[in-house]
Amino acid sequence: MEPNLFKYVWRYSRADQIWTLFIVVASMPFAFYAYELPKKIVNGPIEGSDGFEIPGAKQPFLQLHFEVPAWISSDGMLRLFDGIPLGRFPYLYALCGAFLLLVCVNGLFKYYINTYKGRIGERMLRRLRYSLLDRILRFPQSQFRRIQASQMATMIKDEVEPLGTFIGDAFVTPVFQGGLALVAMGFILAQNFILGCVALVVVLAQAIIIPALRRRLLELSRQRQLESRALAGRVGEIVDGIQEVHVNDASNYERAEVATRLSRIFFIRYELYQRKYFIKFLNNFLAQFTPFLFYLVGGIAVISGDMNLGQLVAVIAAYKDLPSPIRELINWDQSRLDVQIKYSQVIEQFEAENMIDPEMQEPVADPSPPLTGAINAANLGVTDDTGATLIRRTSFSVPLGDQIAVVGLVNSGAESTGEVLAKLLLPTSGRIELGGKDVEDMSEAVLGRRLAYVGPDPFLKQASIRDSLLYGLRHVPLRDPEGETRTALELSEFKRSANTLLDIEADWVDYEAAGVDGPDALDDRIVEVLRTVDLDEDIFELGLRGKIDPAKDPELAEQVMTARRELRERLEQPPLSDLVEPFDPAKYNHHATLAENLLFGTAVGDAFAHENLASNAYFLEVLAATGLDKELFGMGQQIARTVIELFSGLPEDHPFFEQLSFMTSEEMPEYEAVIGRTAGLDFERTKGDDLTMLLKLPFAYIEPRHRLGLMTDDLEARLLEARKKFADDLPQELADAIEFYEPETYNAASSLQDNVLLGRVAYGIADAQGRVHAAIQTVLKELDLRDAVFEVGLNFDVGSSGKRLTSVQRQKMVLARALLKRPDLLIVNRAFSSLNASSQDQMVERVLAATRSGDGRAGSGVFWVLQNPGSALQFDHALVFEDGTVAEQGTPQELRQSGGRLVELIEQS
Amino acid sequence: MAGLQDEVDVLRRIPLFANIEPARLKLLAFTSDRMAFAAGQELFHEGDAGDAAYVIIDGAVDVLKDTDDGEQLLVTLKKNAFVGDIAILCDVPRTATVKAKDRIETLKIQKEHFLRLMTEFPEMAVEVTRVLAQRLQKTTDDLTACREELEHAKGN
Repeated sequence: MEPNLFKYVWRYSRADQIWTLFIVVASMPFAFYAYELPKKIVNGPIEGSDGFEIPGAKQPFLQLHFEVPAWISSDGMLRLFDGIPLGRFPYLYALCGAFLLLVCVNGLFKYYINTYKGRIGERMLRRLRYSLLDRILRFPQSQFRRIQASQMATMIKDEVEPLGTFIGDAFVTPVFQGGLALVAMGFILAQNFILGCVALVVVLAQAIIIPALRRRLLELSRQRQLESRALAGRVGEIVDGIQEVHVNDASNYERAEVATRLSRIFFIRYELYQRKYFIKFLNNFLAQFTPFLFYLVGGIAVISGDMNLGQLVAVIAAYKDLPSPIRELINWDQSRLDVQIKYSQVIEQFEAENMIDPEMQEPVADPSPPLTGAINAANLGVTDDTGATLIRRTSFSVPLGDQIAVVGLVNSGAESTGEVLAKLLLPTSGRIELGGKDVEDMSEAVLGRRLAYVGPDPFLKQASIRDSLLYGLRHVPLRDPEGETRTALELSEFKRSANTLLDIEADWVDYEAAGVDGPDALDDRIVEVLRTVDLDEDIFELGLRGKIDPAKDPELAEQVMTARRELRERLEQPPLSDLVEPFDPAKYNHHATLAENLLFGTAVGDAFAHENLASNAYFLEVLAATGLDKELFGMGQQIARTVIELFSGLPEDHPFFEQLSFMTSEEMPEYEAVIGRTAGLDFERTKGDDLTMLLKLPFAYIEPRHRLGLMTDDLEARLLEARKKFADDLPQELADAIEFYEPETYNAASSLQDNVLLGRVAYGIADAQGRVHAAIQTVLKELDLRDAVFEVGLNFDVGSSGKRLTSVQRQKMVLARALLKRPDLLIVNRAFSSLNASSQDQMVERVLAATRSGDGRAGSGVFWVLQNPGSALQFDHALVFEDGTVAEQGTPQELRQSGGRLVELIEQS
Repeated sequence: MAGLQDEVDVLRRIPLFANIEPARLKLLAFTSDRMAFAAGQELFHEGDAGDAAYVIIDGAVDVLKDTDDGEQLLVTLKKNAFVGDIAILCDVPRTATVKAKDRIETLKIQKEHFLRLMTEFPEMAVEVTRVLAQRLQKTTDDLTACREELEHAKGN
């Protein structure tokens, strides 16, 4: 990239810069007249001088007479317009009107210029950020071993930010302010040469001393930038490696390290301030030093008669105008250096050798022809940047469409070969060919579509499951989006910043690659692929636990309601009867907690969350109004006493405490104290905190689970009354905090599964949960709702880096994504380390069956670097690596019979 | 409604828990799950990992053993019986299948809870040893009887 910021800015915004300058110059006469007018108003119509001395006199308004050389006009005056003769009052009105007009014009000029400059800056910033990201996308793999993600992010986001404000001023300020300063200086020189020279010397001194002082400043700001960036990098590392921090008890070490860095930044900043404000002081001093010299030298000259007073006053007045442009120039220079440093610091980080040629990433719509032939390695050798040999000049040739098992210990060269094949690692000698073409010469458009790669560390970016799966099918926009997604203005700005014009809103999905003809058929294909990787049930479960918005999807909500009715019917018949107690507004639900029975709905947000209930004002109000508070208070005391009686004397870590749902072992002493305090007290005299603590206990009570025999029919009836009151009197502001259970309405705050069930699975019946779950599954299947639930599952957000999925699920997702694009060659590189050997074996079996050609499908070649050598027996061909080379190859059966390295590896595993 | 106290009464009738003070027994009942099984439902299957033992509060269970000729009934146990103790005591897979004969009520005692009680109440450990010894005695008698029968058959 262009190392010089000015050249970079000039190259891409030349026309804009010149235009701004032109506008600035064009605005000058108006600014000048705005200063002139008040004088004219006062001197003319108000004071009555300047031609209004005689009452009734008229003066021409808007007269345009210019003095010109005699060759243009004989009397030396060019008369464009003689003006409109006006009396004193009309003249005042006209001038004031003109003044107002000028104020507006000047304001608009300023508005236009500032916006324009801002836009140039932002446009350049956009171009810069885009090209920095473009460079990241073109970095060679080796670069990523050196850089930290969070540093890259701060550079693109924060470090280039100040450039935006500066770029608009980059050329305008020096030209314009420099011009003003030169004019003022010229004027002084013309008035008095000696005083002019004095002023010039002082200005030159400023121009020489200050940059010299600033050199250290620049070094400091460079250091500050590096330190801040390193800080961002460390923070990113702490976040990424937070588990390591915890398991190594390293949090204090991290604190100390960050504190040290902050200290360094502090002292760099502190020195920066000291120097910066000293320079400012010096600047101000020099600016005031000149008038001092003027008074002294000029005064002596006037007294001794070498200069007249008028000249001295004029010089001092002209000098007054000089400091402001000079200061502007100095400030500009300051930010120029600052920004130039920031720029080169950033650019430096984005320079890398062996950047990927942009041609390799050209967006190509045409599918390249399928790869056929052989995978051919000739003298392939790879040495990493530490000098370690990964592959030692090995040669092999296997048919590209075959299912090839690659076996070898870690670092035997097997996994490196997989990486070379996917062009993630470049050979240092020899080459590897696919269908006769060197992989190194193949573009990403070919490799990314004809090959699929599943590595050992799967990564998913934050997106829905569906989008994560389709990631491997989105290479270029294939169908235009519906309607206009970008205005002409937006589009022109894309072009001006040299951003890609590919539209993210368009349909990028390559259905053909997935083997389907459109979006509708795609879902079936996704289900098929997910079944191959044994992920379909997981996604279905995610769908069951997912929520839908019934307003957006009324059809599905209605179907779920049908499923609810159907399930309820089934649950009434043996053998399922007694398994579930449905939520019935008119009945107490014995398998739900007492508080759930009162709320009778799903809490949305914190207001009615379980832990806040005992302190929720409205909830307590309802309890008080129904007299239940006193009763529940007594119940709380009773539970607390029972628990204390049962558990007192047990050590805190006793396994029995795990079964205690009312309180934790740490809370026991608190409850003992509460019981002590409230023992003799009436309910009315119990204080707030004690009451809250005691109320929490009955709130969590479930009779069949806790079996303390506390529920009576009378109490149940009163709780039902309170339930009704709670719903009827619910204040408007709390209306959104709860979604009530209604047997005939979809509950938007609950999951699909809870909506189908709308009840509680009974306690104390063996395997009730499992049987109910199976019943729900059956009902959904019979109502053909599986696909719809699946759909909801596909919309599940995988979370940052896919962390809401387990590591096995992430690995399966990446494999599913690879299968979805039906590659010519599927490379699996030591994936599924988190699966056990037999599950790995099953996975291999399923994937091999799914990729084998047949049923009119072309099938895929497979190059599987196995984790478990035993799985090799299922493949057509095996490559056994040892010590960086292929030690033996052939069909697995042959190799097993010959009893070589493969047998050894299988026996070791 | 069957309350905690009923369960304590049941537990007390089981020889294994006879010597444990009532307060502890109540705690054991409180921390154990009341679990109902439908007729024919298995409490556990031979070969499964053992995580809990069951006290039969109501109903009867069949103890079955897988053999080459299919499942063979070993014994039918009634109310107040304690099943599943071997797997949690010896940390071995279930040695037999236990199936509900009719609808039964049980108290499910978690493995850790049971083991912890044993360490806290040596009387209970002694009781467990006694019960196991009795069973061994019975098994030995049965074995002897079987052998004699076999000899007898051979002699014929």
